[in-house]
Amino acid sequence: MSTDERPIRCDACPVMCYIKPGMAGACDRYANENGTLIRVDPHVLLDRTIAEGGELVPFLEEQDWDGSQHRVPRTFVTAIGAGTTYPDYKPAPFIVSAEVDGVDTVTVVTEGIFSYCGAKVKIDTDRHVGPECAPVRAQGEQIGHVTTAEYGSQMLSLGGVRHLTGGSKKEGRVTCDTLLQLCNGKPVELTIDGGADLVVEAGNAPIVNGVPEERMRVGCGSATIGMFAKQWHGLVDEVVVVDDHITGVLSEHQAGKVLGVPDTGIKIRGHRSTPGRYFRVAEPGTGWGGTNLSDPLTILKPFDPKEAWSGLRMFMVSTTGEHYAYYELDESLAPVEKELPPALRQSVERIHENCEPALCTVLFMGGAGGSLRAGVTENPVRLTWSVREAQARVTCGGAPVYVWPGGGITFMVDVTRVPANAFGYVPTPALVAPIEFTMRREDYAGLGGHMHEVKPLETVLSSGRKLHLGSPAASPWPPASPAKKLS
Amino acid sequence: MLAHMLPDGRRLRLHDGPIDLIIGADGTSDEICKAYGAATRRFTTILDELCSELPNLRESQGPEPTGSVACRMWQAVLPYREERFITPMAAVAGAVAEEILGCMTETARLDRAYVNNGGDIALHLAGNAALKIGLIDRCDRPSLFATTVISAQHPCRGVATSGRGGRSFSLGIADAVTVLAVGAAEADAAATIVANDVDLPGHPGILRRPACDLQPDSDLRTLPVTVSVKSLEIGEVEEALDRGLRSATSLAARGLILAAALHLQGQTRCVGATNAKPQVASG
Repeated sequence: MSTDERPIRCDACPVMCYIKPGMAGACDRYANENGTLIRVDPHVLLDRTIAEGGELVPFLEEQDWDGSQHRVPRTFVTAIGAGTTYPDYKPAPFIVSAEVDGVDTVTVVTEGIFSYCGAKVKIDTDRHVGPECAPVRAQGEQIGHVTTAEYGSQMLSLGGVRHLTGGSKKEGRVTCDTLLQLCNGKPVELTIDGGADLVVEAGNAPIVNGVPEERMRVGCGSATIGMFAKQWHGLVDEVVVVDDHITGVLSEHQAGKVLGVPDTGIKIRGHRSTPGRYFRVAEPGTGWGGTNLSDPLTILKPFDPKEAWSGLRMFMVSTTGEHYAYYELDESLAPVEKELPPALRQSVERIHENCEPALCTVLFMGGAGGSLRAGVTENPVRLTWSVREAQARVTCGGAPVYVWPGGGITFMVDVTRVPANAFGYVPTPALVAPIEFTMRREDYAGLGGHMHEVKPLETVLSSGRKLHLGSPAASPWPPASPAKKLS
Repeated sequence: MLAHMLPDGRRLRLHDGPIDLIIGADGTSDEICKAYGAATRRFTTILDELCSELPNLRESQGPEPTGSVACRMWQAVLPYREERFITPMAAVAGAVAEEILGCMTETARLDRAYVNNGGDIALHLAGNAALKIGLIDRCDRPSLFATTVISAQHPCRGVATSGRGGRSFSLGIADAVTVLAVGAAEADAAATIVANDVDLPGHPGILRRPACDLQPDSDLRTLPVTVSVKSLEIGEVEEALDRGLRSATSLAARGLILAAALHLQGQTRCVGATNAKPQVASG
């Protein structure tokens, strides 16, 4: 047993629990994370329960921190575990002032309850996961649909107010639960009507019909021809890159023409777009290059005997290099599969090498509504304006967000940049997500902020309930770029 | 140890190690002040008292302990310990709540008071006082599924909830079993028993592991505690609830509980015909 697998003895209180790795002690406040005793945020649950009972969410504790050793200062307070003021109009649980680069800033911290929210999921695969608009289900309930595909990826649009609150109770509950799992980085099983069974987990490879996707394609079939034409030139007479979107043919493609590759008499089934580029060579599927093909020769018509020759060398490959085959034409100009020559094997490896790992990425998207804004300012629309004018910087658990143009404060955030388990839910059903607004103190006063509620950072740090985390990887330190004053 | 008023200025919070109390009291401000002072003083030594007898309190057949909270725990599980495995730890939360409430009402005249120890609640109701309590179905995802009003005329002075997803392990599969009893320690022990009995023995969709694999010093030792429960068929949910219902009905017949609400995967069963019977909340 290595050190990390042994239980550790917690000395935070006289119970002295032995805590196994990954488990918490009797209090649920201290846990063993890979052999280290950590403090976990205990009060989110309690506060939410009380909130459900319709009482004011208690949050700020008065003095009397028990003086234990876990008092490490940090300078940005996220909304995770902050509690929420919904549905009342009381000031946000935390309004914190701090000085950043000599500028007196205020961060308004709250956990927003988002009835209008969902997840945009990008699944890096060329495999057909289902037709556009097809319902996406979890536990049999529709929680979203397949939306328009993007580069090398299938896209799902999940959640939204209609599935959360517009359908049956179960539909709402399952939608909420699935969004929660996804946003907290947990794997979820989804099925698509007329399509695939998926396992989706933010930051991990998608699993399509039980098979983990390894790579994102190097490019479309046509792009692959362009990228590798030089390397194939001289090794082989013809290359077909099979792709459900655009299948590329070397001898006809502009890249082949530039290199002086002679015509081969190849005939491709499907719809020719421009020379050497073919749409719809087969049906979408989970075979070669996102088609339903297991035998790529089915996309070929007989070679033109006027141009083709016996012994012609043809290489067929998919856009990820996952599928490949090498053929030579016999006397009757029929392709006969042969062992892949070593030089071509190298090019398959090169394609592999140039494919990025296939991932699922999940963006949480939510709109900050009236009551949340009221917790920030007495004049809610001014908060929207101030976000628009870049006076107020919006973050989600400290992670950067993209705020949509147009009305409202509708934002998107990469859930992997938000600290773990930052999302919660209420039985409305709706998701609870952290949201922070950071701005200059004078701007905050200007937009009608709850100035009498502003607490110095020190006060917050000395209250009992907090969990210190490093800034999530790849996230800029939240207050590092305080809102600019535009006027 | 931590003692402070919540920001509403009305409620007292006492926290020490795994014990976290939210305390409310109604009465004149002098009396409330006296009561809160008494609660805080009494609370100071409670965890140390318990820990001094912890090995014995983790035994199912141990001798009667000496501390007053420990004795409440021991008494509360006594009716069950001949017939099944249970340790005084099953009643620890309720017993602490009861103890603190007891010293508050001994010291001060209060119209109404409660000590809420993570959902296990000891009540004091005088005159025409009543207390409304919300029930949650899953401790890890609180959502009100019912509310119940307890009046001074009703004999209930303890409410406890047990089930999966809370802080302690369960041998059963109930999402929540809420029990009303004459005291909080009794309610706590009974909720544990009934939640254990909401079960489908041998069902392949229920993952169980020895308690000691999860928590080396658990009082449940090698007993298989429930780790996860798959989504069950309606009939299976009913069967599991029926088992729990039989258990709760028998406890009610023996006078050990006043009422109980059993909750599993969206279904609820109630025992105990009183005006405090849980009603499904609207909205």
